[in-house]
Formats: sequence, C-alpha cells, structure tokens
Amino acid sequence: MQFEDEPVTPGDPLPILPGHSSFGRLERVLRAGGFAVTAEIAPPDSANPADVYQRAALFDGYVDAMNATDGSGANCHMSSIGMCSLLARRGYAMVMQISARDRNRIAIQGDVLGAAAMGVASILCLTGDGVDVGDHPQAKPVFDLDSMSMLNMIRTMRDESRFLSGRELSEAPHVFLGAAANPFAPPLDYRPLRLAKKAAAGAQFVQTQYCFDIAAFQRYMTAVRDAGTHEKVFILAGVGPLASARSAEWIRANVPGVHIPDAVIARLRGARDQRREGVRLCVDLIRQLREIEGVHGVHIMAYRQERQVAEIVEESGVLGGRSPWRPAVDWADADWDQGSAAPPLRPGARQLEQAS
Amino acid sequence: MNATSAASKPESYRMRMFSVRHARALKRIYALLECTLVQCEPLLRRIGYQRLDKPFARVESLTKGLLLDSRNCGQCIVGFTGLSCPMNCPKKMRNGPCGGVRDDGRCEVKPEMPCVWVLAWEGNQRLGEEQASMQVLQPPVDHRLPGKSAWLRELRIRVGDAGHAV
Repeated sequence: MQFEDEPVTPGDPLPILPGHSSFGRLERVLRAGGFAVTAEIAPPDSANPADVYQRAALFDGYVDAMNATDGSGANCHMSSIGMCSLLARRGYAMVMQISARDRNRIAIQGDVLGAAAMGVASILCLTGDGVDVGDHPQAKPVFDLDSMSMLNMIRTMRDESRFLSGRELSEAPHVFLGAAANPFAPPLDYRPLRLAKKAAAGAQFVQTQYCFDIAAFQRYMTAVRDAGTHEKVFILAGVGPLASARSAEWIRANVPGVHIPDAVIARLRGARDQRREGVRLCVDLIRQLREIEGVHGVHIMAYRQERQVAEIVEESGVLGGRSPWRPAVDWADADWDQGSAAPPLRPGARQLEQAS
Repeated sequence: MNATSAASKPESYRMRMFSVRHARALKRIYALLECTLVQCEPLLRRIGYQRLDKPFARVESLTKGLLLDSRNCGQCIVGFTGLSCPMNCPKKMRNGPCGGVRDDGRCEVKPEMPCVWVLAWEGNQRLGEEQASMQVLQPPVDHRLPGKSAWLRELRIRVGDAGHAV
C-alpha cells in the first residue's frame, strides 16, 4: 500500500500513527484490518549488496514486509541487521529476525537500537535452532535469553525507555514486536497457552510455523479464540510451496518443528508436475487459512522458490485488490550498486583498471 | 565422552521422569524444608550466608542432582516447571518449549532425551496448577549465580533480605 504520508526520500521513516508502536507499514496494514502478507527473504552467502536487492525485487508489490532471517537453521549467512541496513536504504519494510542462539543480552540490545535507528520497524524475537543442525556444530550456543525474555526486554526498551539493566535510553526504539509460534509441536495442549504467554511478554504479532495440517490448526485456533488471544496479537499463518514429495519428506525428517501430514505428501506424489502442484497446494492452503477467524495474514516461507511468491500471492487473491508498497525508483538503472560490492569507480580509476 | 554427555545417560532420564511423576510429593517436601529454613533464618543469618553457601550448595547439588539432574544454576524454578529442570534444555529455555519438539515429545537437539518442557507440562498437571505457574514470565538467567545455593537465595528473598542478588 502506498500510504499518503510516504517519505520523499526512500528509507526515511513514515510518521508514527496514534496508537501505533512503530512507523512500519506492516503494523499499519494490520491495524487497519488488512490481511497482511509477509515473506521470508533468504540472506545470501556473499558480501554483495546486489544479491540482496535482486532477492528483494522478487517481492516488489506483493508483500507488506519481508523477514530477514538470522542464521536460520543455524547456518551462517549475511546477518539480518546487514540485510535490513541495505533494504532500509531503498525504503523496504523489513521484519528483522533476532535469534537468541548467537548473541547475548548486551549484543542484542545494541542491535535493537542500531536497527531501529536505521529504519527497522518490526522485530521478530526467536530462540533459534540449536547449533547442532547447522553448518557450524562446533559453535558455542549462547542462549543467554529465550524468545520470551527477549520480547520482554525489547518491550521494556520501547515502552519504559530503559535497558534491561535499568539504565535509561535517551530515545526508545519504536518497534512492532513479533514472535514465532508452532501450533503443531508437543505438548499440543500447551501451545495456545504459550501464544498467550508470548502476547503477555510483548508479542504484537506472531508468524507461525508452516501450516499444512488445517484440521490441527483449526483446533489450535479454537483454543486461541476461546482464550481471546486472537484479539491481543495479530496471527500470520505460515505457508510455503513444497517443491516435490521427496523434498517434503526430507523437510519432515530433517527440519525441526515442521509437521507435514501424509495426505499432503500423497497429493504431491500423485501429481504429474509436482512443483506446480506444490504451488497450487500453497494457494489452496492460503485460501483456507484466510477463512479462519483470528488469522490476520500469511507469512510465506518459499525457501529456494522465492520466484513463486508473486504467483502464489496473485493466484490466492489474498490481497483483495490491495497493492503493497513497491519502490518508486527503478533501481535497475542505478547500475553502480547492482553489479558489485565495490563503490563506483572514479573515471580515472576506470581507465587505470582497463590499462592494467 | 565429555562430562555433559556422561551426565545424561538414559538412566538419569528415568530419575527425571520419576520426579515429574512425584512432583506433588517432592514439592510438599520442599515446602517443609522451606518452612524449617524460614524458622531457622535468624540463626542462619548469625552464622553468615556467605559461610553457609558452599555447604548448602553441596547438599543441593547432591539431592537435586540425583532427583532432577539439576545443573546448579543457583536460581531454581522447578516449582514453576512441574519439577522438570529447564537447564537440561539444550537451549536453556526457561519460559516454555521451543517449536522444535519432535512428534514423539523428544528433544530437537538430543533426540534420545524427552523434552524437559513436555515433562514440565506433565508435572504441572500433577501439581494441578498447570496454567498459572508455567505462564509466569521467568527473567533471564543471572550468570553470576551458578554453583551457589538456590535454597538460601530463595530464603533471603522470602525474608526480604536484599543481599540475595549476588
């Protein structure tokens, strides 16, 4: 959505509306009662800003915010704060993920201030996967905080303008706070209570784990509604296209916390074009999730299938004619920061380079 | 084999599960102990908390180590977690289970171990206060306290002695 009060310079913050905690577009869309769409942007294994911008451009005009992941699956990639810094320069709306696995309370609070100053309006607090599942199993697992105490800490920074130590901040970080939820992991009866606990600790929105099991999600949402939690926190249901029956089986066996029912795998296996069927399944799920009371949006995690996101959003009709913000400038013309990590060469330098 | 993996042999999980099953009885025993400590508080203060910390921590380590596989964090919250020690969680989660718990209720990181929060949920149901105590927001761990006596700290908080912080 192109808001009326969009800043002239991309990356400058929008005004904070009354009753809002952040200047972010995601909070605006949700509080205005829109059905929000967020997507996960995979951070590159590179120091090249062009890699980030190319990935972001795939979502232009289709998402309200993109989640910059923080070492997801305990694998090393460009940092979420680095991604957000690049994206902020072009005015994108980000959800910066922070995992408690890698940094202690001193580092996290510093990052929160830096990120907010740079233009990050939404932060997602995660405990994070264990280091054992990633590419550096030798690493020290920090886990100084957990997602719950991180939420509470950042909320205190925002609302009481002080660090966890009590020391005062001269300007609080104006951030919209989020958390993750997995409705499908044991103990199942506790999961709705855990959501309520996160809301009480400061979560204003949650993005859930992949919802492939609509019946189980319905049961979860019934308990959430009975407790009135859906009125305290915006719930974005997690979805994503599965590339094939084989990859679905692999994810089910190897990615912690992902629950995929047999029927889903059977549907993929029965299809002639499994990739296509994966997209169709995702579209079907979004349409079903949208009908569930208390679901305020979807969070699309299309790892290695980011190109399908636009099609999924389009086909599901989930935006209902609304068109999310997109950069006003055609950055493809600005080749100086598309092509390489190096700054633009001075004319003299270019000649020198050609000569050598 | 390092010390941690030696301490988490399958037998020790059996003891943990026993304690969770008997959460009610164990909590009652602790309540008695706490009562006694509160009554003895003037005497303990006279002897000096500093001097008592080591012997107390030693007793705690032995008893809670045997029953709960306690990690001696010095800020025990098993009263809120159905007598399942959250410090056995590889992610050191003190506010509830992560999203990685396996379908069979085992740990994401250590597939051979039952998730400490699945046990906590069971224990809490035995205590009949499943909602209230697990919903209490636990502050992050104070990393100055491991190895110190959690019982004395709890006692000093109870009697309003400000010196419990370190």
